Amino acid sequence: MPKIIVEVMPKEVLLDPAGKSVNNALHRSGHKDITAVRIGKRIELHFDRPVTDADLAEAQKIGENFLSNAVIEDVVSVTVQN
Amino acid sequence: MTFKIGVVTFPGTLDDRDAQRAVRLAGGEAVPLWHADANLHKVDAVVLPGGFSYGDYLRCGAIAAQAPVMESIIKAANGGLPVLGICNGFQVLVESHLLPGGLIRNEKQHFICRDQTLVVENVNTPWTNQFQLNQEIVIPLKNGEGGYIATEETLKKLEGEGLIAFRYKDVNPNGSMHDIAGLRNERGNVVGLMPHPEHAVEAGFGPDMPGTMRSGTDGLKFFTSVLNSLVSA
Amino acid sequence: MALFKKKKPEFVPSGVDTTANAAVTPDKALPYAQLGLKDDEYARIQDILGRRPTASELAMYSVMWSEHCSYKSSKMYLRQFGEKVTDEMKKDLMVGMGENAGVVDIGEGWAVTFKVESHNHPSYIEPFQGAATGVGGIVRDILTMGARPIAVMDQLRFGAPENPDTARVVHGVVDGISFYGNCLGLPNIGGETVFDKVYQGNPLVNALSVGALRHEDLKLAKASNPGDLVILFGARTGADGIGGVSVLASETFDSTGPSRRPAVQVGDPFAEKVLIECCLELYHAQVVAGIQDLGGAGISCATSELASNGGAGMRVQLQHVLKRDETLTPEEILMSESQERMMGIVPKKHLKAFEAIVNKWEVEYSVIGEVINEDRLYINWGEEEIVNVPPRTVAHDGPVYERPVAYPAYQDALNANNVHVAAHGHGLHRHNDNGSELAAQVVQIVSSPNQADKSWITDQYDRYVGGNTALAQPDDSGMIRVDEKSGLGIALATDANGRYCYLDPYEGAKLALAEAYRNVAVGGAKPMAVTNCLNFGSPENPEVMWQFKQATAGLADGCLELGIPVTGGNVSFYNQTGDVAIHPTPVVGVLGVIDDVARRIPSGWQDEGNNIYLLGVTKDELDGSVWSEVIHGHLGGRPPVVNLAFEKQLAEAIAAGSEQGLIASAHDLSEAGLAQAVVECSLRFGMGARIWLGEICERDGVDRTAALFSESTGRVLVSVGREDDVKFVGLCEARGIPVLRIGVTDNSGHLEIQDIANWNLADLAGAHKGTLAELFG
Repeated sequence: MPKIIVEVMPKEVLLDPAGKSVNNALHRSGHKDITAVRIGKRIELHFDRPVTDADLAEAQKIGENFLSNAVIEDVVSVTVQN
Repeated sequence: MTFKIGVVTFPGTLDDRDAQRAVRLAGGEAVPLWHADANLHKVDAVVLPGGFSYGDYLRCGAIAAQAPVMESIIKAANGGLPVLGICNGFQVLVESHLLPGGLIRNEKQHFICRDQTLVVENVNTPWTNQFQLNQEIVIPLKNGEGGYIATEETLKKLEGEGLIAFRYKDVNPNGSMHDIAGLRNERGNVVGLMPHPEHAVEAGFGPDMPGTMRSGTDGLKFFTSVLNSLVSA
Repeated sequence: MALFKKKKPEFVPSGVDTTANAAVTPDKALPYAQLGLKDDEYARIQDILGRRPTASELAMYSVMWSEHCSYKSSKMYLRQFGEKVTDEMKKDLMVGMGENAGVVDIGEGWAVTFKVESHNHPSYIEPFQGAATGVGGIVRDILTMGARPIAVMDQLRFGAPENPDTARVVHGVVDGISFYGNCLGLPNIGGETVFDKVYQGNPLVNALSVGALRHEDLKLAKASNPGDLVILFGARTGADGIGGVSVLASETFDSTGPSRRPAVQVGDPFAEKVLIECCLELYHAQVVAGIQDLGGAGISCATSELASNGGAGMRVQLQHVLKRDETLTPEEILMSESQERMMGIVPKKHLKAFEAIVNKWEVEYSVIGEVINEDRLYINWGEEEIVNVPPRTVAHDGPVYERPVAYPAYQDALNANNVHVAAHGHGLHRHNDNGSELAAQVVQIVSSPNQADKSWITDQYDRYVGGNTALAQPDDSGMIRVDEKSGLGIALATDANGRYCYLDPYEGAKLALAEAYRNVAVGGAKPMAVTNCLNFGSPENPEVMWQFKQATAGLADGCLELGIPVTGGNVSFYNQTGDVAIHPTPVVGVLGVIDDVARRIPSGWQDEGNNIYLLGVTKDELDGSVWSEVIHGHLGGRPPVVNLAFEKQLAEAIAAGSEQGLIASAHDLSEAGLAQAVVECSLRFGMGARIWLGEICERDGVDRTAALFSESTGRVLVSVGREDDVKFVGLCEARGIPVLRIGVTDNSGHLEIQDIANWNLADLAGAHKGTLAELFG
């Protein structure tokens, strides 16, 4: 059954303490070439019928209005997965 | 005449009963407001209490902000109704765009419960008129997602227009930008803060103060302030 | 192209093992040994049923007859708690052992229910979820009694602090307790944290919860009325915690689902918070006749216990259980330990009201059966009967073992190796003549991980929610107000000392009881009831069984002497790695009542110019002490002597002193003795003091090392306002309590112990409070 995948990331300019914490942990365990870590969310919207362009557009809106907080996050991708 | 202060309960709200007690101790009538009920029952002010509404799913306060009661509260707030958001309530206000900015995970990645010293930086709101400007108060703080963040632009505006209501003193427990503990909106009727005034309203159950265990009651003034503002309204 | 047929929600006949099938295939080999059943137990099951069990029945018996659920190795010893009891002790007991939690009448129409439980093994495997679900489980036990849970406490034991695996467990466990407890809105009001290498591979995570209820709200886990509905509500049932039972899924009985299932349960505190509010509304509306929470052994436990307790039977349609995962087999559904689920017995006439309340809270539910007028539990999977058993045999008539007991081979040598003969007969060295060396030892001790301030941990817990917390860590007990109008409240303290118990399990258990009792008393409350969590090694080890036998006897005898009953508790066996067991660690919790929490006594002094008194007598008792461990790395000899009759007198004296308003602060002495106590009292509110040891040494005939570090029992440090001196001393003397003035408080910012040290409080605080953050922050 098809799904629309919405990916949300914290805004580039803002703090990502979780990402920073994970980055520090990776450095401590020897992965010193990783320069930064950012952590976002992947949200799946499931359908039980084929997905249309209208659904995609609606998903973008849902992403911007509800699944993300525009003050601190960006919707970085909205894609269909069959 | 006893004024009615609404206290909202969402699924997962924890400090509603304490907020109700604070209203009672201040001399008001606490009116429980259920999240699914859009009727505000003629209350004179509203408190959005602390907790983990909807388990902090998606983002803290994000789902609660969509509740029927919030639709009515947003409307009423835009019309001047005094609204106080405490901790999770502050998060709901931010998600509802009644206050600017965002609240993210504490810098140290841990939940922290501590007796926090705050400086009151704005006394021109229904919730803070009983304080002195720059008064230092001790209010319990307890959260894991209390880091206030905002764009440079927003911060400039907040500082410039004196919209910061409370600032952390001595210790910044969560990495909030500019040590911001709480804000007010431009109109002044909406105030949000991370610490919990309702936990410093009754002697014997508040923070330790010099000289006497658990005697801190600085939080009571939030509630006497709003009743005071309603009398003069 | 449809490669997968979506499984329909309606019942589809599967290859399940039915009772009919079992009756005609007696020789079918079942993997009972893999599920932990012995040959004679399997034979007994066949006897009970008159045929071989079905796969589902086997799953039920194997889990319900496991050590964890049936207490088979401990039952014969736990009986003492119910037998060594007088009528006087039982007078305030509304519900005793055997129920989900004990219930005590505290007056004014209020009752309190409390219990402590373990979640040790899961917390080593998955510390976060193990600890989180441990909290969830004990809170549900309290909720099930009809009470609103009002507080939690936890007792944690981890391995050596410097071992890297310890940090893994510490972080996970503390985060898990913080996550679950805070989200439920329950203040964490105390507990303990101990580090010892004996717990390296076997950390102990014990969780306590307490709840308050009006007498008329008491609920019991029984189904008594035929016709009442059996309703499963809360979270959906998934594959959590199935673990070993999945071996059945891999059998050829059922060919539908995958056979790999996780052994760890995953908790959702939000779901439990909603469940708590929903249940309290159901209780208030009086629509539930009986209720049971689902914990270990899930549905199989809940159904068999409700039926067995109620003296009626049950008919269940298992396919009506709401599932998260449609591939679950009936055996897996029966065994699932998915969290945040309750089973209610609802009279048909209350069904609509029940539905209205659960719908309001958006809690899912399904009617899965009804109570019947037969002594039988029938479980169907659609049209196929898969379980047909007498409920008592599953829930209550499990095996009772009398395990071999053997006095440990090491015990005599261990007891002979006391602090006076250790170090090749010289005795552990004491720096009695070197004040600055003694001072250094004090600092070393108060900054050692076990004795250091625990704020790094406890600041991750909410202690304010509810607005009724009168005392919490670092005070000696946690205290919660129950009635806002009268101030009626309860106090709780938990204690255990694995080192003492290793030296002498009988005395060690009594010592834990004495300490928890004293902790409650110094807060101003009157001790009333006891709970316990008995953490031991393998019951298959006769030396461990000897420890268990001794400890339970010590605890039972102690409770009888103090006149306070055990109301319930928990046993955790198998806390060992290979052949090495943990120290026997019986955790004892004491509940007390105070008529008005406003009368509570702070643990540290707040006023300057007060006199400081030491109540009790100090003897040279350093065996098993913190001093012997931290300074000398030694464990041997015999633990301090405990005199319960005196503890009772002492508690009554404190109560009298408190009622007369004579006591400004009271702190009991325990691990690390007087040194720890004076440091804690001074740092509590930042009020300094000047202490002298000369009179203790003279009156009690002990040297300075003993005066500072001895762990003699029955001692309390009290501060008294000058105007109350005479009355206070008179009160103690009249009651036969030895009392000695050993210091005065002052606002100097210093703690001085004459001829030993004069510490700046800020420096002392740095040493005492920095340790855990340095280790784990």
